[in-house]
Amino acid sequence: MWQNLLDWIEYRIPMMRVAKMHAMEYPAPKNMNFWYVFGFLATIVLINQIVTGIWLTMNFEPSAERAFASVEYIMREVDYGYILRYMHSTGASAFFIVVYMHMFRGMIYGSYQKPRELLWLFGMFIYLALMAEAFMGYVLPWGQMSYWGAQVIVSLFSAIPVIGPDLVIWIQGDYVISGATLNRFFALHVIALPLVIVILVFLHIVALHEVGSNNPDGVEVKRKKGSLKEEEKTKFKMHEYYTSKYDIIDDVVPFFPHIVLKDLVAFCIFLLLFCYVMFFNPEMGGYFLEHPNFEIANPLKTPEHIFPVWYFTPFYAILKAVPNKLMGVCAMFLAIIFLFLIPWLDRSKVKSWRYRSGLHKWNLLVFAGVFIFLGYLGGTPQEPWKITASQILTFMYFGFFGLMWLYSKNEVTKPLPERITK
Amino acid sequence: MSNTPVNNDRRRFLTAATSVVGGVGVVGAAVPFIASWNPSAKAKAAGADIEVDISKINPGQLLRVEWRSKPVWIVRRTPELLASLAKNDDMLRDPNSEEDQQPEFARNEYRSLKEEYLVLVGICTHLGCSPQHLKDGAFAAHTEGVNDGFFCPCHGSKFDMAGRVFQGVPAPLNLVVPPYYYIDDNTLLIGSEEGAA
Repeated sequence: MWQNLLDWIEYRIPMMRVAKMHAMEYPAPKNMNFWYVFGFLATIVLINQIVTGIWLTMNFEPSAERAFASVEYIMREVDYGYILRYMHSTGASAFFIVVYMHMFRGMIYGSYQKPRELLWLFGMFIYLALMAEAFMGYVLPWGQMSYWGAQVIVSLFSAIPVIGPDLVIWIQGDYVISGATLNRFFALHVIALPLVIVILVFLHIVALHEVGSNNPDGVEVKRKKGSLKEEEKTKFKMHEYYTSKYDIIDDVVPFFPHIVLKDLVAFCIFLLLFCYVMFFNPEMGGYFLEHPNFEIANPLKTPEHIFPVWYFTPFYAILKAVPNKLMGVCAMFLAIIFLFLIPWLDRSKVKSWRYRSGLHKWNLLVFAGVFIFLGYLGGTPQEPWKITASQILTFMYFGFFGLMWLYSKNEVTKPLPERITK
Repeated sequence: MSNTPVNNDRRRFLTAATSVVGGVGVVGAAVPFIASWNPSAKAKAAGADIEVDISKINPGQLLRVEWRSKPVWIVRRTPELLASLAKNDDMLRDPNSEEDQQPEFARNEYRSLKEEYLVLVGICTHLGCSPQHLKDGAFAAHTEGVNDGFFCPCHGSKFDMAGRVFQGVPAPLNLVVPPYYYIDDNTLLIGSEEGAA
């Protein structure tokens, strides 16, 4: 009976075929470590953002007059409204935490290298869309930091020669940031960008499953058809989509249930941390929700310090490090563009840092440190030494890419193992 | 199926012509979507000119009014203050207002129509914050020897009492002087120049 129903469906839509191809019979390297859980976690957070976001729109009013009050209404008068909002606001920061970890994983294990360049690019476009999504979402409560943050970011466009000032008016829909701006940001935040992000995530996963998952050793598990002896091939049944084109080495496990179960363990730990923040520390000391945002937007009064939320502060520090406005904006956008170019800046044939030079390891670690330190500088009040420090760190940020391009061509690497287990 | 031989040139021409016409259609259809982002008629009306009574401003005082939702400052400068402006020139980026940040009538030493009254848009030219008016020596903490000025708390940009930007700060340009004129001795109109509109 059950089987009949499944057969009836399968005849009309490839439900089981897709499930098998992408889960039950998808070959995942067995040595994937904890760094590999963040893609799964990002998907979970995305679902959380979409669901809580839909519920928030049921009570939020996107107008300059009502936005702030409607958020307070959600917090105080809607049953469980505060939980929905804190799930959404904590989710925004959690999204960036897992995405930054996910990106760093890709960098240390060379997951952007051939043939995964497009996979990396789709990921970077997701990151870009996510930044736009988060920025516009932060404007919606219409607090002081919403307003002045938007003011700073939108006025970046005024640095563009000739068309800049008119472009800013066009983006704002007014001569200043106003209710018109709030309304269009709302539309983009709840419809346009989520659609873009979901489509990009779909493409990211399609690209991933086409080329296959990388692993901490950076050794490919898919080999040329006919190159492996029967006893070297995996004993698991993998989908013929993969086995018809490649010989798959005995270092893989099916994605479901093996990897999914491991992801679920990570999910439990993640949930524990998430709930701690959500219930006990939703503002996270002013980093997840900034204190000036508990005051309604006032165009005539600038807060003493304007910072973007923590996940933008590294780029904000780069912007401030350059004394010239146009150059500062260029430097900030270049900082993101260089991330897109990593697959072509790294000319090494060896993927994982486990088998690469000490120089490469240090370069990666220093880059991570520079990124965090820039985040600190961009998120704390201005002091003279910080300008010098952020200039040095901006230089180091770009130096990472330049150095990698230089040394990776003739880098001394360790010999790669033939198999993951050997 | 017709037996007429395939004319590839004709096919290519028709494909190109169809694509061009289709492309024009797409551009045309995009117009409402792009143009709807312009300020609406309501927003344009809200951005209309304002009249300000300046008869009650005391010497040294700053009056803050709202024009196009932006703060506009009207400062009544004392003669001592006006006299002290010239000695800032060496510390400024654009002491002679060469950059296009003011109507033609304000391209002068005091950046104003009547030297006593300074009219400025109170938005920092760096990233749009509103600077603070620091007077009677309070500004000297930021710039030695200059007692009065505007200090932007966001990124530390500094301007003198003619809205001229100091060197070595993030703001690239002098503060904007909006278009304005005097309807009579006590009334200022902000938003248009005399004769215009």
